[in-house]
Amino acid sequence: MRPFTYTRATDVNSAVQEITRHEKAKFVAGGTNLLDLMKIDVMAPQHLVDITRIALKTIEETADGGLRLGALVTNNDTAYHEQVEKRYPLLSHAILAGATGQLRNMATDGGNLLQRTRCYYFYDTQTPCNKREPGSGCSAIKGYNRDLAILGTSEHCIATHPSDMCVALAALEASINVTGPNGDRVIPIADFHRLPGDTPHIDTNLQEDEIITSIDLPAKGFAEHYTYLKLRDRASYAFAIISVAAALDMDGDTIKEARIALGGVAHKPWRKPAAEAMLQGQQATRENFQKVAEAYLEGAKGYGDNDFKIELAKRAIVRALEQAFNKEGAA
Amino acid sequence: MKTDQIGKERNRVDGKAKVTGEAKYAAEFDAEKLAYGVVVSSGIAKGKIKRIDTSKALALDGVLQVFTHENRPGYMWLDKNYKDDDAPPGSPFRPLYDSEVQFSMQPIALVVAETFELARYAAMLVEVEYEEAEHDTDFESNLEQAYEPKEYKATEPPKPRGDVDQALAEASARIEETYTHPAEHHNPMEMHASTAVWEGDGKLTVYDKIQGVQNSQQYIASAFGMSKDEVRVISPFVGGAFGSGLRPQYQLFLAVLAARELQRSVRVVMTRQQMFSFGHRPKTLQRFKLGADTGGKLQALQQEVYGETSKFEDYSEDVVLWPGVLYPCDNTKLTHKLVALDVYTPLDMRAPGGTTGIYALECAIDELAYKAGIDPLEFRKKNYSEKDQNEDKPFSSKELRECYRQGADKFGWAKRRMEPRSMKEGHQLIGWGFAQGAWEANQAEASAKAVLSKEGKLTVSSATADIGTGTYTVMTQIAAEALGLPLEDVTFKLGDSDLPKAPLEGGSKTVATVGSAVKKACEQVQEKLLKLAQQQPDSPLAEAKLEEVDFSEGKISLKRDASKSVQLQDLLEQSDNGSLEGEVSTKPSDESKEYARYAHSAVFAEVKVDEDLGTVKVTRLVTAVAGGRIVNPKTARSQILGGMVWGMGVALHEHTVMDNNLGRFINHDLDKYHVPVNADVQEMEVIFVEEKDEVVNPLGVKGLGEIGVVGVAPAIANAIFHATGKRVRELPITMDKLL
Repeated sequence: MRPFTYTRATDVNSAVQEITRHEKAKFVAGGTNLLDLMKIDVMAPQHLVDITRIALKTIEETADGGLRLGALVTNNDTAYHEQVEKRYPLLSHAILAGATGQLRNMATDGGNLLQRTRCYYFYDTQTPCNKREPGSGCSAIKGYNRDLAILGTSEHCIATHPSDMCVALAALEASINVTGPNGDRVIPIADFHRLPGDTPHIDTNLQEDEIITSIDLPAKGFAEHYTYLKLRDRASYAFAIISVAAALDMDGDTIKEARIALGGVAHKPWRKPAAEAMLQGQQATRENFQKVAEAYLEGAKGYGDNDFKIELAKRAIVRALEQAFNKEGAA
Repeated sequence: MKTDQIGKERNRVDGKAKVTGEAKYAAEFDAEKLAYGVVVSSGIAKGKIKRIDTSKALALDGVLQVFTHENRPGYMWLDKNYKDDDAPPGSPFRPLYDSEVQFSMQPIALVVAETFELARYAAMLVEVEYEEAEHDTDFESNLEQAYEPKEYKATEPPKPRGDVDQALAEASARIEETYTHPAEHHNPMEMHASTAVWEGDGKLTVYDKIQGVQNSQQYIASAFGMSKDEVRVISPFVGGAFGSGLRPQYQLFLAVLAARELQRSVRVVMTRQQMFSFGHRPKTLQRFKLGADTGGKLQALQQEVYGETSKFEDYSEDVVLWPGVLYPCDNTKLTHKLVALDVYTPLDMRAPGGTTGIYALECAIDELAYKAGIDPLEFRKKNYSEKDQNEDKPFSSKELRECYRQGADKFGWAKRRMEPRSMKEGHQLIGWGFAQGAWEANQAEASAKAVLSKEGKLTVSSATADIGTGTYTVMTQIAAEALGLPLEDVTFKLGDSDLPKAPLEGGSKTVATVGSAVKKACEQVQEKLLKLAQQQPDSPLAEAKLEEVDFSEGKISLKRDASKSVQLQDLLEQSDNGSLEGEVSTKPSDESKEYARYAHSAVFAEVKVDEDLGTVKVTRLVTAVAGGRIVNPKTARSQILGGMVWGMGVALHEHTVMDNNLGRFINHDLDKYHVPVNADVQEMEVIFVEEKDEVVNPLGVKGLGEIGVVGVAPAIANAIFHATGKRVRELPITMDKLL
């Protein structure tokens, strides 16, 4: 770990001031990802602004009937919050599918949005990686890529975004409230994370001097027909090979609205509203689900070891929609 | 036989120390003015270090030295100076020896500083320029260059018998299949660490993570040209090792080097990533050809093994031993060739050779049973071996049939339907699989010392290790049993090179080996006690021989008349000798060598496989073990349970991935290298069948560290076939292979 300086912010404004004032500065909250990366020299901020004492730790109703999650609420406190469990069980299940109890006790909702990829090469400073060191090349494309992306990749990077929580947020169409030197703004979750393109070192559209203050969940929570299906190599403490957040709004057997977000397949939670729309007004049948699954994976590209993920993702979408329809939650 | 301790469930005597943190591990021993070393690892797999610039690291205040091949002190250079008790034939790796890089993550510098944090930072500032050479890490593409080593580290493959080709041609059922087992790393919870304490006058006390302190002592003395009196190695607790601590690792060498050069105490701890930089279970490919006659009797067995090794040592393990132990067959051909790659030398890992060989053998047998249309368990019964064909010796004991019976009953095997894909529950395909296993029940030479104090406290010692297996506990039980003392009055000491000589703790032989020495040392004390008793006026034991008395509940009493007894405490108080001692060396009896000595297991597995998604859950595992006399059913059960979880990892999770472009193991941390977690483990049952063995060793025990592992992966693989109808012959069996 390289030496760094450290200050503590007590409110949002002072946090923004601190981050602006220091060169190569980062916020630190739970630190479950950042500190690990600093120890192995993958990230080397010169200054850390500790934001853990800022009052962003509550979950509150919003004026339009939704729920606002403070950026510093821990993942576990969110998942087990009565309102979240009742009205947004999809989010609760997705959070609990991630990491371990110990990590979720430390990790915050704001931090979860900013998790770095778990690509093997990103974690090994002795190997080329465009995300870690722009221009050095991508070891994964021709190397070992079993866990890596099949959608939205570029010739520079095939990393995936690792979060489970964000996949549910994408399906729920959450929005992210941020504050920067120029004031507040709202970033819809769909625009929050980026595709790698030729700047894979930039994960999100959050600016370096902006702080996440909260996450807004819209009123509609799909609490009846939802599922979070996570396929992984072991039952806990493993990132998704494929995950699917599926939510249905039903009128009898007819689908009024469908939401599908995929994890483990791209540099961001993957949604395709045009494909979701194919289900609108349709019956909840396996055939219809298969059509959507095909449409979702259109344009997917495998890199050898991860070719299987294309077929697996389709099957997972079908299964997730069936489970959502059958009210099987996180089976 | 009457016992107070042996065969009784006992808590670990060191349990409290471990859960309270009182138990100290190698990296936790402090010393005055302790300095901290951090290892810099090579980024390339093969080539030369052209330039190594340590100036930026050295410029930091508090950095004491950076050791590299350029400034290392002159020390011993011959291969023999670097040999250790577990070294395979060849030329051992010599840290910082020259500019040559022989494998990826090779240690190329040691940064020593006043604090750990500083040393770690300074290590980031060491600049290295390489002259890269083309590396060769691709196992498959080097199969054609495989060779038979001049000398096998393990047993030489048994000689061929009969005519395999003809027997295959005449067989009514036959299979010919290839199985691969990936490279795996041990990953004990505790990282390798050494704290070398500078005692002045060139003397060192080293706290080392090792499975045998005298191996480290010998290695250091030899590599640094020191006398054994100058180096004492201590290792009271080991946080898991699984074979990774059989050979002294480079952190030991580097800590000692730095301590000697700086004349102060130095600690070196590997990072989790560096735990992937030395020794692994070798990648292994096995081609099996099997043939059976119309009655389902095995007539032909060919096993052709290719195992990975390094370019500097010929590592091999007992992969081809198992057919001769488990199946009678008159026509066999067993070969074991090595594929040398630019990697560090593989290293024994829990059930080396057995995990690999029994996995493939038991899957192949299952395939043959299906070809012959015979229930897999029935097929084993038809092909039950009554002797070890490798050495043509009878078994000292073998209650494997009883394992079949009790295991099958518990599991409900009789209700199994033969046909694959015949059981289903929703989307879940259910499969039941069987496999059997065996592991050596060896005894080696060892010494032990027993001292009974005037206060009635017994201290027994031997320089063995407890790698989490329960050595402290069972040795305490064996000693307490011998002298009829409560456990609280007995202390067992281990992990100190000053103690009586003991071999490496490995190969499931410690209870047999050290336990026999402990028993005999205590018997010497028994003799002395009896003599003292007989010296008493009007001794009730005056004429008694040792075999006619019992040592129990603090008394010596006549077996035929318990009313005639003497209190130990009275004897000790009256004795003017102070304490009573016994010190012995034991070795296996000549009689035991006339027999093949093995523990056996029968493993039954139930899996549920998602028909669309390929995810596997192991819902039930039953292991029945014939492991001789069980000293402590509680710790024994833990051993087997741990082995079963390990076997699940072999079947479904563990795999160190070699990136051949980089010549580097790439999933080198516990996020990316998977072992099972609690949530993977569901119902598990352990059965110990009764097995009497009066030949195997004086205690009648067989080791349990490895028998719990070997049959589990094939039982799971066979269950997956039964569930899905699909044979996956490449471990681990992950969802992509089942789509």
